[in-house]
Amino acid sequence: MTISTSMPAAVPRPPSVAFQHSADFTPRYWLFSLPAVLIIAGVIVFPWLFTLYMSTQDWKIGGGPEFVGLQNFAELFRDARFIESMGHTAYFTILAVVLPIVFGTAAALVFHREFPLRGLLRTVFVMPMMATPVAVALVWTMMFHPQLGVLNYLLSTVGIGPQNWVYDPGTVIPTLILVEVWHWTPLVMLIVLGGLAGLPKEPYESALIDGANNWHMFRHITLPLVWPFIMVAIVIRTIDALKAFDTIFVITQGGPGTASETLNIFLYLQAFQFYKIGYASAVVVIFFVMIIMLSLLLLYARQKSKWNA
Amino acid sequence: MSSEILKPTRRALLRNAAALGALGTLAAPAIIREANAQSSFNWKRFAGTKLDVMLVKNPRSDLLQAHEKEFTELTGIQVSSEQVPEQQQRQKAMIEFSSGKPAFDVTMLALHVQKRLSAKGKWMEDLRPYLADASLTSPDFDYADFAAGAVEFGKQADGSIDTLPHFMDFWMVYYNKEMFAQKGLEYPKTMDELVAAAGKLNDPSKGIAGFVSRGLKNANIPVWTSWLLGQGLETVSADGKLQTDGPEAVWAADMYRKLNKDYGPPGTIGFNWNECQTTFMQGRAAMWLDGIGFATPLEDPTKSRIVGKVGYGVTPAGPKAHHSALFGDGLGIARASKNKQAAWLYVQFMCNKGHQLAMIKAGAGAPGRLSALSSPEAAAGSRFPKQYFECLAESGKIARAGLPQIIPVTEFRDVFGVALTNTLSGADSATELKKATETFKPILEKSEQA
Repeated sequence: MTISTSMPAAVPRPPSVAFQHSADFTPRYWLFSLPAVLIIAGVIVFPWLFTLYMSTQDWKIGGGPEFVGLQNFAELFRDARFIESMGHTAYFTILAVVLPIVFGTAAALVFHREFPLRGLLRTVFVMPMMATPVAVALVWTMMFHPQLGVLNYLLSTVGIGPQNWVYDPGTVIPTLILVEVWHWTPLVMLIVLGGLAGLPKEPYESALIDGANNWHMFRHITLPLVWPFIMVAIVIRTIDALKAFDTIFVITQGGPGTASETLNIFLYLQAFQFYKIGYASAVVVIFFVMIIMLSLLLLYARQKSKWNA
Repeated sequence: MSSEILKPTRRALLRNAAALGALGTLAAPAIIREANAQSSFNWKRFAGTKLDVMLVKNPRSDLLQAHEKEFTELTGIQVSSEQVPEQQQRQKAMIEFSSGKPAFDVTMLALHVQKRLSAKGKWMEDLRPYLADASLTSPDFDYADFAAGAVEFGKQADGSIDTLPHFMDFWMVYYNKEMFAQKGLEYPKTMDELVAAAGKLNDPSKGIAGFVSRGLKNANIPVWTSWLLGQGLETVSADGKLQTDGPEAVWAADMYRKLNKDYGPPGTIGFNWNECQTTFMQGRAAMWLDGIGFATPLEDPTKSRIVGKVGYGVTPAGPKAHHSALFGDGLGIARASKNKQAAWLYVQFMCNKGHQLAMIKAGAGAPGRLSALSSPEAAAGSRFPKQYFECLAESGKIARAGLPQIIPVTEFRDVFGVALTNTLSGADSATELKKATETFKPILEKSEQA
């Protein structure tokens, strides 16, 4: 008796009944996504459509809505404070993104190197990030006091005269940027540090053999390799800077005058101080379009910056 | 008979004494009834009811909450109260009243901001029928005890009483008596004298400002209106016309600019009350114009360097009138409440004489009742000097609304606040006020039409 050890020949089988049934059920699998779809529709799509609807109404809380078409938008573009607030938002956002990126990347390069007490110093460096923005804002407000604040005292010890910090229309936005930089540079540092930790050593060894100096290695090896991580930091910082409200509101309330009134502060005033819901909704729609365009641009840039792109 | 009165006999004396005794016996029930009025009032008639109360976060609300236990013991009414920060409370009130079904029976209203809104939206219950109903109002409540200015502030244009004027804040001038003495100056009697004194006291080389007041937009409006009241004008006339770009308004804005820019500390353009308070409290300013409700930390040795040196001056007289800008809170009942009568017991209990006195004794602010304002008990044992109470009483007599009684008060404060701030950056007062008036006029007109 011979025992065949060969595998039986594969015989094509007719599709099983179960398989046929599962094929029939495929459209019903969509039902599994229904809860998520409903939640998204309820908390994202509906509010957005409702905001769009409200932006076409002259609607103040306490009164009824009245359809005005695009009048709110036309009025907004004639509103000098709205235009001014867009300028402030752009100024604030650019500085609140660029400076933490530059300082955070530099800090990451420093903390990537081995030196005594590196772990302790790194912990100290990331501490600002852990603080609550409103608490941070209150502390900074005290430090900015022109007569009694510690900052002017520190300046006086090195022979520099007192500054007005947030109490001067000319210096208010740069001073608010100072708070942003202090608060959020550690976040950029952590992201870039994560990128640096994963870099291969071989390109550096080859570059050293080829006689490259530190600057060459940073410019031509480190920066291109770590760039995707910097792009992630740029995206996060841009979103954060655009939605910045708490620190600005607590420290200056948009003042002096309207010198630090960003779109968010303008929006807050219209919606929650003046209760002009229709007008405020029009601001939201414009802001939303701007953010979508900027996000697409950033996502495109991020896609282009991938190593394998 | 007359001789009997002049020279009473023993018999006559006995007879008259007996008659007097009989009369006394007959009158006793009336006297006892009067004396027991308080105890005979039925506080328990709504026992078992539960009230929701929305308060503004401040020391006065702390006191109200402290009295809740006593209220529940007296009435059997349970109270659930919450304190919401001022700005959020205003938003919450607006949204909840607009919904038609507020979640509270009783709330505080900032009369200087929400009064006209309340009237237009018919937010609050008219308290007149309750005050007139002896079965609902305790005989010792004494509404007439509230100061006339406070009562007027709590009333609507149609005479309805939306709220009881629970707390009043008068604008006055805190001054550093030591600095005044060093310069041989007396507290100014007129606004012109105040400007002259600020000039003499201003000493930037020593880091001392002659005067400090709010420069921050929105917050700065009462400073301007305090000066404007000296011209006998409010920003909006009784018939709803803006009086914000005439010569009087420009004069007040110029005064605001001169005091803040020439004699104020650096950075005053961004100062709210807290920065002003810190500056004054640290001995860096000779005078500070603000509400008397901010006095407490000035006499606290752990916070202030000028304890015992603070003078409390009534706002000086202007060229045409003498007024103190008035702000205040009222306590009232939501018209949509289902427990209005029980809520009325809460409101009258919290605004009774004893609790209003407790407010002033605790340094939590100026109550609306005259009996509390003038009580010797208030001054006895208080950390505040006699002058503080004199200032309260005098300011109460000349108080006049510090903000226009219109619906878009917040927009008014924003638009004119920015204009005033711009004057500190060098802009011309008349031009800025004219521009702000043109911007605000359609907003005001629209608010009245809607």
